[in-house]
Order: sequence, then C-alpha cells, then structure tokens
Amino acid sequence: MAVDFHHALKFKYDLCIGCSHCTGVCPTSAIHVDDGHPVLDPNRCVDCGRCYVACPVNAIYIEQDDFQTVYDYKYPVLLVPSIFLAQFEEKIRERTILSALLHIGFKYVYEVEKSVDFMKEYLRRDMEGGNASLEKPVISSFCPAIVRLIQVKFPVLVDNIYLSKAPFDMTAEYIKKSLTEKGVKPEDIGIFYVSPCAAKIAAIKSPVGEDKSPVNGVINMNYLYSKVLRVIKTGEYKMCDESVRFHRLSKASITYPLTGGETKMLRTGRNLAIDDIHNVSEFLEKVEDEDIQDIDFLELRACDGSCCGGILTAENRFLMIERQRKRMAKCSEEVDAEDNDLLNYFDYLADKRHVSVVEPRSMDKMDDNVAAAMQKMKRAFEINQNLPQVDCHLCGYPSCKALADAVVTDKAQIQQCIFVQRAMEHYDLMTPKEAHDISAKVWGAKKTDPTIAKNLNL
Amino acid sequence: MNFVYHVEGGDFTNAGSTSSQVKRMLKKIGVSPEIVKKTVVALYEAEVNIVAHAYRGDITVDLEEDHIKIVLDDEGPGIPDIDKAMQKGYSTASQKVREMGFGAGMGLPNIKNNSDSLNITSEVGKGTTIEMINYFQ
Repeated sequence: MAVDFHHALKFKYDLCIGCSHCTGVCPTSAIHVDDGHPVLDPNRCVDCGRCYVACPVNAIYIEQDDFQTVYDYKYPVLLVPSIFLAQFEEKIRERTILSALLHIGFKYVYEVEKSVDFMKEYLRRDMEGGNASLEKPVISSFCPAIVRLIQVKFPVLVDNIYLSKAPFDMTAEYIKKSLTEKGVKPEDIGIFYVSPCAAKIAAIKSPVGEDKSPVNGVINMNYLYSKVLRVIKTGEYKMCDESVRFHRLSKASITYPLTGGETKMLRTGRNLAIDDIHNVSEFLEKVEDEDIQDIDFLELRACDGSCCGGILTAENRFLMIERQRKRMAKCSEEVDAEDNDLLNYFDYLADKRHVSVVEPRSMDKMDDNVAAAMQKMKRAFEINQNLPQVDCHLCGYPSCKALADAVVTDKAQIQQCIFVQRAMEHYDLMTPKEAHDISAKVWGAKKTDPTIAKNLNL
Repeated sequence: MNFVYHVEGGDFTNAGSTSSQVKRMLKKIGVSPEIVKKTVVALYEAEVNIVAHAYRGDITVDLEEDHIKIVLDDEGPGIPDIDKAMQKGYSTASQKVREMGFGAGMGLPNIKNNSDSLNITSEVGKGTTIEMINYFQ
C-alpha cells in the first residue's frame, strides 16, 4: 500500500458551524459529519477544493509553509505561474510586480511556463509521433487533483495517465541546474512555488509517481498577491532596472494554464479539454464504461477556468482569463534560446521528465477480502433499497447510498437516518429521546439543543 | 450474487448501462483494474450488439468470489455462421453502414479477446445467447 495522501485542505473546527455544505459538493463523497463537524476520509479526498469554495464561514484553510523559510536560503528563487500576474489590474505593470517581488527578498523570479515549449515538444513527439506504448485516451497529468481522482475513482484508467512531470517540476529542475552551473551551491538554492490551489501543494508534499519534488517550499497565491499589492500600494519598493524583466514566453506558454492550453499544442488527433471536476467525473465515467471511445488525448482540469479558477487565486477567474489572453496576444509564436535559456537544456530535462507508474487506489473497494466485500456490497444494496433516497444529509453522510456503504463498513449506524428513526418510533423500537441522542451525536449538542423549541415559543 | 438486467433493442440512449453497473460492482469487491477493464469491454460490446441488432434481451450476471459469469440472451435475427462472425473484419453490415463507421467486424473478436471463456449459440430467426466468464485471478 502506498503512503497516505497528504492533504493541504484543513478544517478549523472553532469556526465551523456544522452546516455540512462541504459534504454535498465533494466529488468523491469524502466528507461526512460527526459531532457537528466535517470529517475527511483521507483516502478519498483529492484536494480539489470544492469544499473550500462551498464553506460559508471560511472554516477550511489551505496549509502553507512558513514564509520566513524563504530567508533561510542564500538564493531564494520564486517559481510563479504566469496567471499570478493576471490577478493584478492592468495599470499595475509587470515590472512593478517584479520589483515588488525582488523587494520582498527573492533573488530570482521565474515563471513556471518557461518549460512549456519543452513540454510541447515532447507531447508532440509522443502523441503525433505515434508512441505505441501509450494507452488511449492519453490523460494529461498536469492537474494533480485529476491524477488523484483517477487513482481513487477511476482506477481502470490509471494506465492512461501521461507519465510526465508538470511544468513547475521541469522549470524547477532547470533552475537548479542552470544556477548550479553559474557557481551557486545547490544547498543555497531555495525554490518556492506559488500555488493557485490545494492540489498542487499536496502534490509537492507527497508527489505521485515521483520520489521528491525539486521544489523546497510552497507559497499560497492569494497570500503572495496580498503581500505584493501591499508593497506596491505603500511604494516601499525600488523600481528595478529596465534590463530586469520577466523572460519572454511563447504564445503557447501563456495559453498553457488556460483550459485548452494543452490540446491546442497538438496538431493531429482527437483531443479534448474539459474543466471542472464534476464535468471531468461525468466524462471519465463514460470513458471507463467504454461508452466514449477513439479519443487520443484528454486535457482534464479540476477547476472551472482551469488554474485561473484555482481556489487560491485572488481575482475573479473570468477577468484573469481575459488578462491572460491579452498578454498572449502580445507574445510571439516562438521564442529563441536568447529569450528562454531553458531551451538550451532540453536533453538534460528529457532525462528527468518521466514519473513512475501511477498506482490505482480504489476508494470503492469494500473489503480486502473478495468474499467479505461481496457480502458487504450485497448488504449495502439491501440497506440502500430501504432508504428514502432523499439525500438529505441528516444522517451526516452526503447520500443514502453513502450511508449504506458506511453502515456495512462499520463507520455509521443505520439509525442515523431520520426516516429509519421515525419508522422505529412507530413500532416502539426507539424512544424519541433515543432518536434525539443519535442525531445529537451526528450534529453536536448545540445544534440539537432541545431548548430551541422554547426559543421558538413552541 | 445474481442480477438480471433487461435491454431493449434500439434503445441507444441506455446502451451500456449494464456494463456500467457491473463495473461499479467489480470495483466495490476489489477486482483488479485490468480485469474490470476487460470485463467492461466485452460486456459493453455484447450489450450494444443487442441494442443494435436484436429486439430485446436479458443480461444475467452471476457474480462469484473468483469469477463473473455473464449470459446475454436475446430475441433477434440470430447469427447464421458463428465461425465466420468470429473472424476479425468479417461483417454483414452493408457498404452504407460501413461508410458511417460501423460494422467493421470487430465486435465478436473483441468480446473473445476480453473474456476468459466464451460460448455463443444462435438460432437464425430466434436469437443469440452469449455466455462469457472472466476469472479474477
């Protein structure tokens, strides 16, 4: 069994009001309510962040490394996705943002998409050159929430995952190599990746198919956005020289983080781009069913609007997409090695681009023993047939089916269903007090406090 | 465990729903992804054959600890020459249907490739019965 998934999403129980909105939106039914609070099943959660968006009281937060660790390195390097810039209003120029970042303490600032031209070259070689070892449809491994979704929910498709590292990994490898060549000691280089989402953080902390990420730390995008904007507004930075600028990137590089960014690179074949994890789930279900066939390449991204819709971005995704497109319009189709030094490192990076096989880790398996699993499945089926199918969440689980599965795996009791409670009360199998106590265990004492009746003058 | 699913000929909207349900069961009992996949491929193909060619059919799924046995029993035109139909590329489809991208003659060979044991019986004018078994180990 592989090591447990690392999760970047955490609950703040002191802020949580136990509304259970998070349970309903989870694409893998990973959250249930117990004692008035959400409980996460670490083997189901894929860090997509839908719960974070649904939470009305900001009781879910995304862990990040202590920013001070940036200063532990002699050469702190910022590895920033190009969409970071798209968060800022047009009147704030790129050079101003760069100056602020240097002021904050970074020695070098690189955009993640520096390695996109490299990714493009190898994706084309594999997809258009007819690499026979690839299982069709080849599924992009760019979005780590999707890779994990496939592992837990669509294990039949793990062999379809394109075993390539993401651009941020490749650019980080390039940074390490090129700075070392300039005489910087490897231990003095600290690469800090700015993440637009929880899934990328989780992927760095426990990479799938990779031993250790070349990234040394993670900074949440909204945190850095605020920090930069503060520096700009207070004017405490020194505007950097004209010669210091973000490296020029190709059109394809700027389009890459948007939906369609990968499929646009391919000139032949049937290639589809789908965003939003629920859309992706719906589609993959059909691919797994063989209902959808003859697709060559699937670019799948968990967030609506791809990375611009990441839960850690500070600006509205539609505005970010618009700014990204405007920037793209100003870029040239190709850049040369003078603009992008990474192009000189193709051979070096080619050796590093592969990840090992991605293991299936099905969340649906009911028991390690087939016979026992069959018994449980049968029992869950029978239980579910007797449940109301209202999916009211009042048992603490997102659906009647989820409750049935939890009952047979000894995680819940069937009496948590309020319809079952009423039925049992009808036959004097349960007293109203007993029913109340069971609900109180799920929803906590506060929500189920009987004095509510008095407060409402009932 | 036994399950019976009914399939209506011509109902392409729901074609594949049996294989989808069988897939979910196989995942729940922890069958390896490779075996889930080949079972889905074989069953999907056979299920769609009923929808495309027969009037109606029943799919009986017998799930055991070490194998799954699926019997697809249809009322339909039947297959005149099973041996021929098992050959890759053999198809009774008209040129017109082939031009639409169907009837490439891969159906039965594909089912055979993805099942450990396959038995087909057919009576012209009455129907076809396909029995397939896949083992989990």
